[in-house]
Amino acid sequence: MGSRASTLLREEEIEEIKKETGCKLCQNAPLYLSQTSITNPVFNSVFSREDFQRIPELAINPLGDRIINAFFPEGEDQVNFRGFMRTLAHFRPIEDNEKNKNAAPSEPLNSRTNKLLFAFRLYDLDRDDKISRDELLQVLRMMVGVNISDEQLGSIADRTIQEADTNGDNSISFNEFMKVLEKVDVEQKMSIRFLH
Amino acid sequence: MPKPGLLSAALLFGVAAIVLVLFPLPASTDSGDGTRGPVALAHSAAEERAAPGVAAEDEEPGGQHQQQHQHGGGYKVVQWEWSYVQTPYIIAIWLLVASVAKILFHFSQRFTTVVPESCMLILLGLVLGGIVLIANKKQLYQLEPALFFLFLLPTIVGDAGYFMPARLFFDNLGAILTYAVVGTLWNSFCTGFSLYAAKVLNVIDEKVQADLMDFLLFGALISAVDPVAVLAVFEEVHVNDTLFIIVFGESLVNDAVTVVLYKVYISFVEVGPKNVQTVDYFKGVASFLIVSIGGTLVGLVFAVILGFITRFTKKVRIIEPLFVFLLVYLAYLTAELFSLSAILSMTFCGIGANKYVEANISQKSRTTVKYTMKTLASIAETIIFIFLGISAVDKSKWAWDTGLVSCTLVFIFIFRAVGVVGQTWVLNRFRLVPLDKIDQVVMSYGGLRGAVAFALVVLLDGEQVKAKDYFVATTIVVVFFTVMFQGLTIKPLVKWLKVPRSTSRKPTINEEIHERAFDHILTAVEDIAGLQGYHHWRDKWEQFDKNYLSKLLLRKSVYRKSELWEAYQKINIRDAISVIDQGGNVLTSARLSLPSMASRASFPEFTNVTNYLRENGSGVCLDLQVIDNVPGAKVEEDTETHHVLAGNLYKPRRRYQSHYSRHFMPLGEKERQDREVFQRNMKYRMESSKSTRHKRHKKERSIKKRHGSDPKEESTEKPRRNVSWHDKEPVLVPVDSEDDKAEHSEKDEDEGITFVARKVETPKPRPKSVPAAVEASSSPLASPLSRPPSVDTPLPWKGGVGSPPPCVSVEATKIIPVDLQQAWNQSISSLESISSPPAPPSADAVHPRISALSRIPGAPRPASYTPSSSSSFFSTSNTQLVQGSFLFPEKIPKEEEEDESSHELQPLMSTLKPPPPATTSAPPPPPPGSAPGQGRRKHPRVFLRSLVSAPPPGNTEPWSRGPTQL
Repeated sequence: MGSRASTLLREEEIEEIKKETGCKLCQNAPLYLSQTSITNPVFNSVFSREDFQRIPELAINPLGDRIINAFFPEGEDQVNFRGFMRTLAHFRPIEDNEKNKNAAPSEPLNSRTNKLLFAFRLYDLDRDDKISRDELLQVLRMMVGVNISDEQLGSIADRTIQEADTNGDNSISFNEFMKVLEKVDVEQKMSIRFLH
Repeated sequence: MPKPGLLSAALLFGVAAIVLVLFPLPASTDSGDGTRGPVALAHSAAEERAAPGVAAEDEEPGGQHQQQHQHGGGYKVVQWEWSYVQTPYIIAIWLLVASVAKILFHFSQRFTTVVPESCMLILLGLVLGGIVLIANKKQLYQLEPALFFLFLLPTIVGDAGYFMPARLFFDNLGAILTYAVVGTLWNSFCTGFSLYAAKVLNVIDEKVQADLMDFLLFGALISAVDPVAVLAVFEEVHVNDTLFIIVFGESLVNDAVTVVLYKVYISFVEVGPKNVQTVDYFKGVASFLIVSIGGTLVGLVFAVILGFITRFTKKVRIIEPLFVFLLVYLAYLTAELFSLSAILSMTFCGIGANKYVEANISQKSRTTVKYTMKTLASIAETIIFIFLGISAVDKSKWAWDTGLVSCTLVFIFIFRAVGVVGQTWVLNRFRLVPLDKIDQVVMSYGGLRGAVAFALVVLLDGEQVKAKDYFVATTIVVVFFTVMFQGLTIKPLVKWLKVPRSTSRKPTINEEIHERAFDHILTAVEDIAGLQGYHHWRDKWEQFDKNYLSKLLLRKSVYRKSELWEAYQKINIRDAISVIDQGGNVLTSARLSLPSMASRASFPEFTNVTNYLRENGSGVCLDLQVIDNVPGAKVEEDTETHHVLAGNLYKPRRRYQSHYSRHFMPLGEKERQDREVFQRNMKYRMESSKSTRHKRHKKERSIKKRHGSDPKEESTEKPRRNVSWHDKEPVLVPVDSEDDKAEHSEKDEDEGITFVARKVETPKPRPKSVPAAVEASSSPLASPLSRPPSVDTPLPWKGGVGSPPPCVSVEATKIIPVDLQQAWNQSISSLESISSPPAPPSADAVHPRISALSRIPGAPRPASYTPSSSSSFFSTSNTQLVQGSFLFPEKIPKEEEEDESSHELQPLMSTLKPPPPATTSAPPPPPPGSAPGQGRRKHPRVFLRSLVSAPPPGNTEPWSRGPTQL
């Protein structure tokens, strides 16, 4: 697995990505990719939206398209391997030794804040750092079954915003978002056990 | 305040019961029989005796002897037939005492929050035992191993297995197996060897005649964590689910280890340690594999049998629960018969059968199974703890040695802790959520020993194990210490360590929504990263299950419906229950204007008023629970929203958070949801890809062409598009119509519940376009229920929307004799008021759905109702709609006309159903939220094109492109 990665990615690039995303994840990433339905033959090339959309499981994921979008930088239709890994790195579990060591000067990608920010961006379509009622309604409609009427959904959205909104602007800012979820074990609920 | 009074009442009752039941006994029994006691007689009277170490076989002579003794005299008017009813009578009285004791404990809230029930029951047992001992000079009752293993333990294990949260269990299977196998082996060996060392070092008294084998045997039976004790204590502590399932799962699975070790050592002790050969050790290992795997297999075989049998119980619903109990119990007995691990067998039978049985049996049977199992388990648990207490009083059974007792206590505690820490260290390398130090402390501390150990030690043969009496005493002390001391202190400990608990607090709306989003995100990311871990294999298993097992074990109707209708029904039932629980609060909040609704809405106020009166009027009622249960307005609103969300949000496909409780019942609605989501996503993608492609083609064509990526894109997009459209029509349509049919055959089953349930879905007219769409998509499922014409007639305007709420109308006719005219006017006005802004961009798109609405206005003209030509009907309704959509008021018919039309409408609705499944169900369930404007505009076009010749106006842009795409 390692050999394949090294033939396709330059060593220093791998090092860079390792540093950025946390090494374990990166070493095996090409392995994952070769197993996945993203059958992009060359790993250091780019992924397009269609690559993602070909994954059959994503088609039955209510938020699938939003999540695909989250992999792409704003306004672009392609993401390179490094960007891809960066996004994946959000979901690395936080390890104990990591908390103290603080290897990276900046905040690691898999910190609680970044995990939350990833989720926040799924709601925040227009990137104004606020979840408006409409944005919330859209996501709710995606996640909800057909048995629920618009009216009910609207009242749910209203209630959600009302509950989270502290400054009265009728939308949820990121700070409010974090505050509302402060009791939730985000570290656990937004982590995937990547194979070591 | 009420505590001492209640307790003394409990004691009084206990004494009374004793006096009533137990004192006649020594008088009528001869003394030789007394020690065995009536409980032993109970199981000798029962049919199964073929268990290891049944000590009850030889008791029948005693009972018969009594009978002869009694039937001496001549004819008496009233006969004292004690010996005749003795056995069942005493059993019943014991059950009564146990149950009443339970009630009494729960009278005092503050007391029960501090002291676990198991402690109280043991104390009660001690007291009762003491009374019996004083009265009789002899202990009549004790926990008989046969009674325990054949009747009490299976009820508890059966309940635990059947309602085991399978996902949680298998998620943590690795940890559970490690702790159960490695941990138990470690504990037993270490305890055994250390005790032997203590013996050699003379810490343990000389009187204890035991060698290495004896100590190893004792170590084996004392080291296993006990499921009964763990359940009893942990259910009250409410630690988080993962911690609970690990400890509890371990206690269940380690049975195999305990059984094997126990049997191996027994045989070693029998032949004598010197005669043990090396082969025997390997035999021991082989025996372990056979016992554990064999037990599991027996359980799974019975699970398959159970599932298969319940396939065919449609005509004999009444015995469905019996099958469940019998086969689960038979799994246990069969494993015992072959001396395999009975607990494993029963657990896996429960886990395996649950899914299929729950799908096959009727709702009522499900409830019966649940309640009966819970009742039995609860009473068995109570009896076990009371009898543990009683057994401890009997001094003749045990001999005390301080050295042995204290050594054992210390050793099991130390080795448990060391074992847990060591194994956790290894396990944490593989776990996503590492078990931290606090978890490890709780796991070590939660290693409770219980009745299994006691029953095993009582089973020992005093001839061969010379130190049996010492071992019994030590076991009793260990059990009491762990259950009482650790059980008492574990709650404060958990609090002090701030162990994350399974919160009983309902998550806030935000948490609920966002956590769902998290789960969806994780699922998607796993799919993207192509991880093939645990989830991958579970997917494989689910495929296998779907293709073979479910086909074999699920009722045909259930399987063919592929959980769709089942899930739908379940949601309805849940909603209905939640509505009833909240006293119809959902309806009031939705601002309904129907008169029948008003009457419904007044109920909660009424009950609340009574609650309020009771609460304030009487100063005596200090029960905290009552006060807590009176919900404030905000709480009510919260729960309402919670229920709406919980019932309707899509479930994440993989990561499944379940809360263990004995009432766990999983829902299978994957299928339906997958289809919906798939279609919606595809639709959305079609939209976005088309629009982006369009742009790209204009903007970047030249650039792209040079790179040669354009052709590739085209090729990738084409199949995708095909998939989406092809899937939509052939897949959905047949399923729905099938449902229609299947639904007829199954309709009789749970009729009442279904009717109630529908109400939640459409408690009001759907005036807006979008709810209409929602309704239309679900109507093929719902509408057949509404066919009874008498139900429909009072609210004819509902028929057009697709799913009239029968319950509402039934209620209306029942409770308030609805003034039709008034109801009509009211609803029309409400319709008018809400639908006046008819959402112009979507107006064209809504045609097919609105056409349903427009049928009613058109009803007086019978010409348009020739059901043979559905297409012509649709075109007329469409044109009509273009002219005058949302023009109900001017078409309000006079009352007789309205009656006529509604009668007429009835058959028409039903005849219309079969021809246009394509029309009603082709608009895929995805409600147009995902891509609000565009999405809605799109899919009407799909079927409009096939049915209507002329394109609706105002739809120019996408329509013009339509044919080329299709």
